[in-house]
Amino acid sequence: MKVPSVTALRSSQNRRHALPGFSLSLGLTLLWTGLLVVLPLTALLLRPWQHGISPMIHALYDARLYAALRISFTCALLAVLIDLPIGLLLAWTLVRYRPPGHRVLDAMIDLPFAIPTAVTGIALATLYGPGGWIGSLSNPWGLKLAFTPAGIVIALTFIGLPFIVRSIEPVLRSFPKDVEEAAFLLGASAWQRFHRILLPTLTPPLLSGAGLAFARGIGEYGSVIFIAGNQPFHTEVAPLLIVMRLQEYNYDGATSIALILLVTALLCLVAVSRLRRSVSSGLVREDGA
Amino acid sequence: MNDSSKTIPVLLTLLTYGAVGLIIVLPVLLILHEALRQGLHAAFETLKDPEARSAIRLTAIVTALVTVINTAGGIAAAWTLTKYDFRGSRLLVSLIELPISVSPVIAGLVWLLLFGRQGWWGTWLAQHGIHVAFAVPGIVLATLFVTFPYVTRTLMPYMEQQGRAAEEAAFLLGAGFWKTLIHVTLPDAGWALLSGILLTTARAMGEFGAVAVISGHIPGVTETMPLHIETLYNGYQSVAAFAMAALLVLFAMTTVLIRMFLERSFRKQHL
Repeated sequence: MKVPSVTALRSSQNRRHALPGFSLSLGLTLLWTGLLVVLPLTALLLRPWQHGISPMIHALYDARLYAALRISFTCALLAVLIDLPIGLLLAWTLVRYRPPGHRVLDAMIDLPFAIPTAVTGIALATLYGPGGWIGSLSNPWGLKLAFTPAGIVIALTFIGLPFIVRSIEPVLRSFPKDVEEAAFLLGASAWQRFHRILLPTLTPPLLSGAGLAFARGIGEYGSVIFIAGNQPFHTEVAPLLIVMRLQEYNYDGATSIALILLVTALLCLVAVSRLRRSVSSGLVREDGA
Repeated sequence: MNDSSKTIPVLLTLLTYGAVGLIIVLPVLLILHEALRQGLHAAFETLKDPEARSAIRLTAIVTALVTVINTAGGIAAAWTLTKYDFRGSRLLVSLIELPISVSPVIAGLVWLLLFGRQGWWGTWLAQHGIHVAFAVPGIVLATLFVTFPYVTRTLMPYMEQQGRAAEEAAFLLGAGFWKTLIHVTLPDAGWALLSGILLTTARAMGEFGAVAVISGHIPGVTETMPLHIETLYNGYQSVAAFAMAALLVLFAMTTVLIRMFLERSFRKQHL
């Protein structure tokens, strides 16, 4: 058995790596990340400029592109706005009331994330379509849901819900109950306690969940295309337009949409991580005081 | 006061049941209902169709390959990021998490830019008889990208909590790098590893957008289960489409339940 000498240990501590294998494991990690993430994304970043700037500018003169982006962004935003109160309700009930079957409820919330998007797509299209369980109820009232923008919102609401619930839940769980009790004893009404005490605490996780759901929503494809109807300028989402452009072998058109979507999603994520950091540093300060 | 303090929880609980029922349970029930519309036997028969079987086989192969590669890479990354301090580690974390925020369609597109007909290396490789786009390697690459971060993400928080003392002790007692990793670190983080692997498997089986872009949709050759569901659904073969969908849903539900069980047993262990 080889025992490392004291000097060897000391020198490795100076490099702050007491454990062996740093270069091996870093090398493996860099190889894995480099080949599978950095390389393909570099291609996406460089490709549009390969033939100069004019094809890219040409690709941006496209009313259908802006229509698709507008549809994706508005529908994703609407879905998030619907998900926020529902997510808050689910997280609240799960954490505070723990009703019968709360474990099953808790597991079910992850299903939209676990079920393949194409499966979600055909299920929602059938459910809300003309002969479906919900479609056949809503259509006689003149409320057409499938194959309209409303269908896109429905699909994105399904997809986004777990993001909202899972960001609020931990904060709600760790929220000190005595603060609310104190407010109650001081005569605050239920609404005041919710509005003045809980909502300010929950705003950062609500926003970060909304950011994640929105970023996911603008890129969503599988669950949307079956229920959307996919008419250009009406129900064609941006990811679908990328696929259309690829089928026309219009790589410049496809990459320009892809870059816009990617940058928007990344900005959302940067905002979310900023928010998380400010929230956690806020908590540290509270604990330290 | 007492009245309202009882009615509000009951009301909110009922609303919760209603919301989960309408948004999540109803679509799942519909899938099972549509699959079993002509009985269990008919549903099973559709899964025996040659194209359906080839789709199931392809999905199994792709999922297995992707899970092995991303688990190995994920363990290496989680270990590197939690057991050593080095410059640029935060950048590395962001890079690893990046694929989560990339649209699946873009995850397929990026590989076309490299290996497609108009891609950087596509023509050269095709001349040498290597086909990546519109072939199985492309499907594997797209799925690798989409499921890239999950093992690292589930492992990292628990490896972080473990600290480094056990590994340092093992090393001082003469265990090498591999021995320390396999006998000290991984057994302790076992449940997190398993949970990450399950998540990777579930996402790999069900990936649609990324694979749709790069696979070329050749029935019997490059159609995975989700792609075959699309073909069946668009061809009005509703029972067959939903039978295969039900298969994927049952797998997704099992994954969710096992992960929940793993997490709960872990919490009990540590409280």
